[in-house]
Amino acid sequence: MKAAVIVFPGSNCDRDMAVALRAAGADVQMVWHKDAGLPDGVDLVAVPGGFSFGDYLRCGAIAAQSPVCQAVVAHVERGGYALGVCNGFQVLTETGLLPGALMRNAGLKFVCKTQGLRVETSASDFTAGYNAGDVVQFPIAHHDGNYFADAEVLAALRDQDRIAFSYDGNPNGSQADIAGILSENRRVLGMMPHPERAVDTAHGGTDGQAMFRGLVGMLANA
Amino acid sequence: MQDPAITEDVIAAHGFTPDEWSEVKRILNRDPNYTEMGIFSAMWNEHCSYKSSKKWLRTLPTEGPQVICGPGENAGIVDIGDGQCIVFKMESHNHPSYIEPYQGAATGVGGILRDVFTMGARPIAAMNALSFGEPSHPKTKQLVSGVVAGVGGYGNCFGVPTVGGEVRFDASYNGNCLVNAFAAGLADTDKIFYSAASGVGMPVVYLGAKTGRDGVGGATMASAEFDDSIEEKRPTVQVGDPFTEKRLMEATLELMATGAVISIQDMGAAGLTCSAVEMGDKGGLGVRLDLENVPQREENMTAYEMMLSESQERMLMVLKPELEAEARAVFEKWDLDFAIVGETLPEDRFLIMHNGEVKADLPLSKLASTAPEYDRPWVPTPAAEPLTDIPDITPMDGLKALLFSPNYASKAWVYEQYDTQVMADTLRTPGAGAGIIRIHGTDKAVAFTSDVTPRYVKANPVEGGKQAVAEAYRNLTALGAKPLATTDNMNFGNPEKPEIMGQFVGAIQGIGEAVAALDMPIVSGNVSLYNETDGKGILPTPTIGAVGLFSSLRDIIAGTGKDGDTLLLLGNTLGHLGQSALLAEVAGRADGDAPHVDLEAERAHGDFIRANRENIGACTDLSDGGLALAAFELAYAAGTGVTLLPKTISKLFGEDQARYLIACSGEQPGALREVAAKQGLTLIEVGSLGGDSVTLGDESAHMDDLTALYTSGFEAAVG
Repeated sequence: MKAAVIVFPGSNCDRDMAVALRAAGADVQMVWHKDAGLPDGVDLVAVPGGFSFGDYLRCGAIAAQSPVCQAVVAHVERGGYALGVCNGFQVLTETGLLPGALMRNAGLKFVCKTQGLRVETSASDFTAGYNAGDVVQFPIAHHDGNYFADAEVLAALRDQDRIAFSYDGNPNGSQADIAGILSENRRVLGMMPHPERAVDTAHGGTDGQAMFRGLVGMLANA
Repeated sequence: MQDPAITEDVIAAHGFTPDEWSEVKRILNRDPNYTEMGIFSAMWNEHCSYKSSKKWLRTLPTEGPQVICGPGENAGIVDIGDGQCIVFKMESHNHPSYIEPYQGAATGVGGILRDVFTMGARPIAAMNALSFGEPSHPKTKQLVSGVVAGVGGYGNCFGVPTVGGEVRFDASYNGNCLVNAFAAGLADTDKIFYSAASGVGMPVVYLGAKTGRDGVGGATMASAEFDDSIEEKRPTVQVGDPFTEKRLMEATLELMATGAVISIQDMGAAGLTCSAVEMGDKGGLGVRLDLENVPQREENMTAYEMMLSESQERMLMVLKPELEAEARAVFEKWDLDFAIVGETLPEDRFLIMHNGEVKADLPLSKLASTAPEYDRPWVPTPAAEPLTDIPDITPMDGLKALLFSPNYASKAWVYEQYDTQVMADTLRTPGAGAGIIRIHGTDKAVAFTSDVTPRYVKANPVEGGKQAVAEAYRNLTALGAKPLATTDNMNFGNPEKPEIMGQFVGAIQGIGEAVAALDMPIVSGNVSLYNETDGKGILPTPTIGAVGLFSSLRDIIAGTGKDGDTLLLLGNTLGHLGQSALLAEVAGRADGDAPHVDLEAERAHGDFIRANRENIGACTDLSDGGLALAAFELAYAAGTGVTLLPKTISKLFGEDQARYLIACSGEQPGALREVAAKQGLTLIEVGSLGGDSVTLGDESAHMDDLTALYTSGFEAAVG
């Protein structure tokens, strides 16, 4: 299974993402934001956390205009998988691959802590390793994680079972406690919490392992 | 543009005493011009020259088999085995943070990160030790929120986990907050980069962000006392851009890997001036700079402004000319400026050209080596009167007062604004004691802590200095780490006052004795003087940052204690309440002597903890608030209640040193006692974990109620 981790100049969770994917068995290549294409045969594109372009203008807005993002959009349009975590989620909403937007946290402060999340659906290759209703512990670390979408989009996300994770105790003001959402074809997941920071007993929790192992295993067998 | 005339006022505004000004003229054998005056002032101010402190800093122990590089470079370096090393330093950004809290704190973090990656190390951990005025002071809330947001704003974006620090409040900081930023990086011991230039005619290259007018005169400002005109100094505070710093770090490390770098120096205080002089002086060379080639973001900047600008995120480097193309390509990849701005000269000369005109022509070595050095008069701090009476309060009321005080309440409000886990190697986040970071891809880890108890230092500088080191030693030890080395960030008032200088001298003596006895030499540091407003100085605050090593992850005492654990107290409890947290928080008193530090006991007790870690479930050191506060924190982390056997205020809240509280169970207590008895160490049972209440003698309070105080006290005071 081949994965590409996108590296923007201000990405700072790119290595962590690569480590988590490799630990789950993926063959990982780092892809620079100025590259116009993805390596051949990539199954999964991971857009990591960080501050892609310093969060200037709007988080993820400048990154969404980078050459590599056009390749990411094309990859998704071909039915490829994409995972955006934290700043990566912001980038995916800015590219239009996922609906809605991430606004400044309701408390106006950066918030970093271990956060309980409810798995809302196991019906995706990202969340198949969990049971719907499970509560998992993932670290969060963001200033702009307050998910916003209009009523129509929220209804569609609910009706189509596209809310992947919701907060167990809302840390940032997100609508419907949304922590992560899926695309219509369920092959793109964007989420603010960091599963890659919960894959090692040394992290104090390994709830993220099921996501990476499930995804890598499924794509390896696909 | 015409330079201003050099009047007496201008000379004084640049911080020269009449004697210093005469010395400048004597060195040059002529009057300096305006730019030259600026360069001298930048090099000779207290902040850059350590002119009041050098004599005493020299007395500190700085060597040991673990030390690769001691003070004098951008940061200190300590060996952690397997060809790897930790590069670390702590530095103050006090004056700028008081004037402009967000940017002052942010650029403090930026500066210390640059010091670390300039030496070839990737930053892996940060800490921040913050001191603010009393919570009720009208400026305090704004400073707290601005400084914390600034620390987080910079470190979070840069991508370094903040794993520890301190936050304290005291009226003495009302007019001068302290922001002490620590950073540590990881490097290979055979790939360390130093600042000494070598080779004549080598290109001097400017890297990073463009130069603006921000921070002009900042180092001189940082060497002055404050008065009512402080708001006018806001323009001297630099503005940080962590996104550029992140790119500068990546580009610098990538550049170093190409082999193109001969020497490198970050531009911190006094920017171009300091960095160029440093590289030339250390290499015994001269330097010529052609300022028209300096990347500029403002128009019509003068030579004076460029030489004194403290614009952030810049580096100066001496390059191997044959590798220029490779070097340039790295910086273009990261969209950063790369400009050749001068060359090394064979003679002792600092030649500044601007559009073909000579703007300064100075003997370079004189700028660095002849900076004034003072042996300032000092008087020893008089011995404190012994404490005669203690507050009439029940132990539970005492504990409640501490838990709700912003000094001892949970600091989650602060550290939840910092990314504590980026890089995914954080094994222990802030909250209690030291933070732990795994060395990526290995079975090793390092622990970081920062400590000082300023009340102690004021009452007894020597013992207070020792205590700061001893507490750092204990915080590392309580987790099972072997303390390796230390960085000191000395924050004091006006050194021209003999009693302040006496505090400094005493603290240095105490620190020196302690680091020698505990084998954790000083490898880097920083001095911040003139922390005074309207003639009132801060509590003397020599912040100690320390690094400890776990050769294996199995060495970490990682437990949190559990229901039913026995609590054992290692060390002697005499019940020393002088300068205690209880006295300060309950009665607003700072009476009595500081607790004295028995360095032999510290060492023996630390060795005991490390040697017996398999019988220790959880461990914490005892410091402010004594046994009662330590036991509460242990119970809070364990999610249980706690019962303590001692009943008196002095046994519960005394702050005797060299003590640890151990939680253990089953066969462990017996095994520990056997070893302690053999070694003649005091190890007594003081209670147990369990239930849902805290019981102190005859009094009891529900854990939920105490937790509510502990978790709300900080925000209630300053949130």
